Amino acid sequence: MNLGDIQRIAEQELDFQRAYTHRINVCCSSGCVHLGALKVLKAFEDAVKGFGVEKDCKLAKTGCFGTCSVGPAVIIDTIGRPARLYEAVTPEKARRIVQDHIILGLPTKEMLFKNAAFFQKQQRLVLRNAGRIDPGRIQDYIAMGGYSAIVRCLATMTPQGVIYEVSASRLRGRGGAGFSTGQKWGLVARAHGSPKYIVANLDEGDPGVFANRTLMEADPHSIIEGMLIAGYATGASKGYLYIRSEYPLAIQTVQRAVAQAKSMSLLGTNVLETPFKFDIELRFGAGAFVAGEETAILASVEGRRAMPRPRPPYPASSGLWGKPTLIQNVETLANIPQIVSNGGFWFAKFGTQRCTGTKCFSLTGKINNPGLIEVPMGTTLREVVFDIGGGIPDGRKFKAVLVGGPSGGCLPEALLDLPIDYDSLTKVGAIMGSGGIVVIDDTDCMVDTAKFFTEFCVEESCGKCTPCRAGLIRVKEVFDRITNGDSRMEDIATLEKTGGYIREASLCGLGQTAPNPILTTLRYFKDEYVQHIQNKTCRAGKCFREASQ
Amino acid sequence: MSASETRRNMLEKVMKEHNYEESALLEILHRAQEIYGYLGKDLLMDISQSLNLPPSSVFGVVTFYSIFKLTEPGEHIVTGCLGTACYVRGVEEILQAIEHEFRVKRGETTRDRKLSLFVTRCIGACSMAPNVIVDEEVIGKATKEIVLERIKLALGGIKIESR
Repeated sequence: MNLGDIQRIAEQELDFQRAYTHRINVCCSSGCVHLGALKVLKAFEDAVKGFGVEKDCKLAKTGCFGTCSVGPAVIIDTIGRPARLYEAVTPEKARRIVQDHIILGLPTKEMLFKNAAFFQKQQRLVLRNAGRIDPGRIQDYIAMGGYSAIVRCLATMTPQGVIYEVSASRLRGRGGAGFSTGQKWGLVARAHGSPKYIVANLDEGDPGVFANRTLMEADPHSIIEGMLIAGYATGASKGYLYIRSEYPLAIQTVQRAVAQAKSMSLLGTNVLETPFKFDIELRFGAGAFVAGEETAILASVEGRRAMPRPRPPYPASSGLWGKPTLIQNVETLANIPQIVSNGGFWFAKFGTQRCTGTKCFSLTGKINNPGLIEVPMGTTLREVVFDIGGGIPDGRKFKAVLVGGPSGGCLPEALLDLPIDYDSLTKVGAIMGSGGIVVIDDTDCMVDTAKFFTEFCVEESCGKCTPCRAGLIRVKEVFDRITNGDSRMEDIATLEKTGGYIREASLCGLGQTAPNPILTTLRYFKDEYVQHIQNKTCRAGKCFREASQ
Repeated sequence: MSASETRRNMLEKVMKEHNYEESALLEILHRAQEIYGYLGKDLLMDISQSLNLPPSSVFGVVTFYSIFKLTEPGEHIVTGCLGTACYVRGVEEILQAIEHEFRVKRGETTRDRKLSLFVTRCIGACSMAPNVIVDEEVIGKATKEIVLERIKLALGGIKIESR
């Protein structure tokens, strides 16, 4: 396989696909599979055979469309017609859909996905292929222009030229901290030491977040291509893809994708018959939230306890085994191929001035349309919760939105018009994090929610530094008192003070952000704390359980 | 070859694949747990000798990561997802119902060793919250009633076909 072969495969595959009038994409991502997608896929196969239309219909086992609330979801792409999305498909419905849509040419109206607003406000750059390609077929990815960016790099661009484009895109790391990607690449490229490494971070440990998992299950090659380009630009020859072991389907998908890339000499000692050498090895997490922190992930890749260490030295100069290492979240990497293909300035047109591009969010909790979404930076929380998410179910009232997981903040209704970007979220006490948005309604208690996150952080603290290890336990004790009816008003000040200390004095991101849920609930929902302490009541009925039992 | 020899051979093969390197310790532990079901003391001593690592560092790694089990789990395993979405959607109530009904605490196994109850932090199926895993089956949008019923079926020896 050489540089020209990619283009040839793309053309062949497109010709092959065009031979079919209809393409039936059945979402076989984790969520839909739990709901019976594999049986639906089988039913479509049977129906297509039953009606004798195998020559017109191509069936594809794809990743997620994002409409997880109405799975199993199926998209039928018919040449010359708009694509149609069917919701909550069952094996029985599959036959009917084939009959109506394929044979009669009339989509089955009552089974179509009705919520047009779900897609209207989205901008799918990272998820451009999600649900449209079979993640198990590398040809599908190549047909969509995949691997043309690495070809472009190898054929016509210098490593500096690639870094220039990435810098021009003003892309910032999607793992949460939002550091400039171009700048980071420049640091690693200029660092002394050999070999250099890349670590792709898919340790999506935030509870309530599944954006990276879904991306991997839907489009693994975009991440592999991003790693290849990063390797070419920074001079790294080896990449480690660190993935949570809680994600079996994502692991299976990426293992297959890496094997395919190897067999087509996209990975190896001579990538596409050029002198560029790059290989990928997988590493599996083992249930440690802190392993997502950049120095902790290095320890974990080396096979040790995932304990963070002080910086400097930064991983860019001294990372894996003391060598220069580039650590990137997989969503960041998935953005790279299009930046190379379309240019950095093209990318910078999306989003806002300071935060370009889009961000994937997993939208869950008390919301009508939970699922995976991708919106331009600067979209407001209100648009996400009410327009895309469809508001709160069961006629309940919106209370708060938790942005950024256990390190994030609980934001009230008054802040719903906040445009989402790194800086605005930090200003109000939350963080972008890895992109979790959990909506909670008036049946939830904010004190209980803050306590839940504190307990999470107590368990996940690695124990290396005292503020995080001991401070969080002190905070948890205060929460236990408040929710058992054994507290005084001074406890509020204790929480504020201790939270501040933990934030200021902790070694790594886990401790520094762990007080966010506590401090934001105190800031925006203080009345609930007061009510718990003074009246010993919880309006939501979540607390004081042990006392009443 | 006895079952224990077969397992030992499988483990040896895994370690050899990774050249007995320290950096592959996590991978080796994952596979060892798959082969043996849990990581007992003798097994860990064996691994630490094979990789030429002090036992303390192997134990240190095993106890650091929550996925590794040091004791043999029960015949059936129930895992409640304690991710944020599942928590907000009421998994706690389901967990309490299981604890009450089967007299087992989370992280523990019933006295007859039939049932273990674990919790995990997010399996990433948040849009179907709350999620409870009974043996291999993920039960999405779970309720107390459904979960208790499934566990009873599993305990009664009825294998549930994954949907």
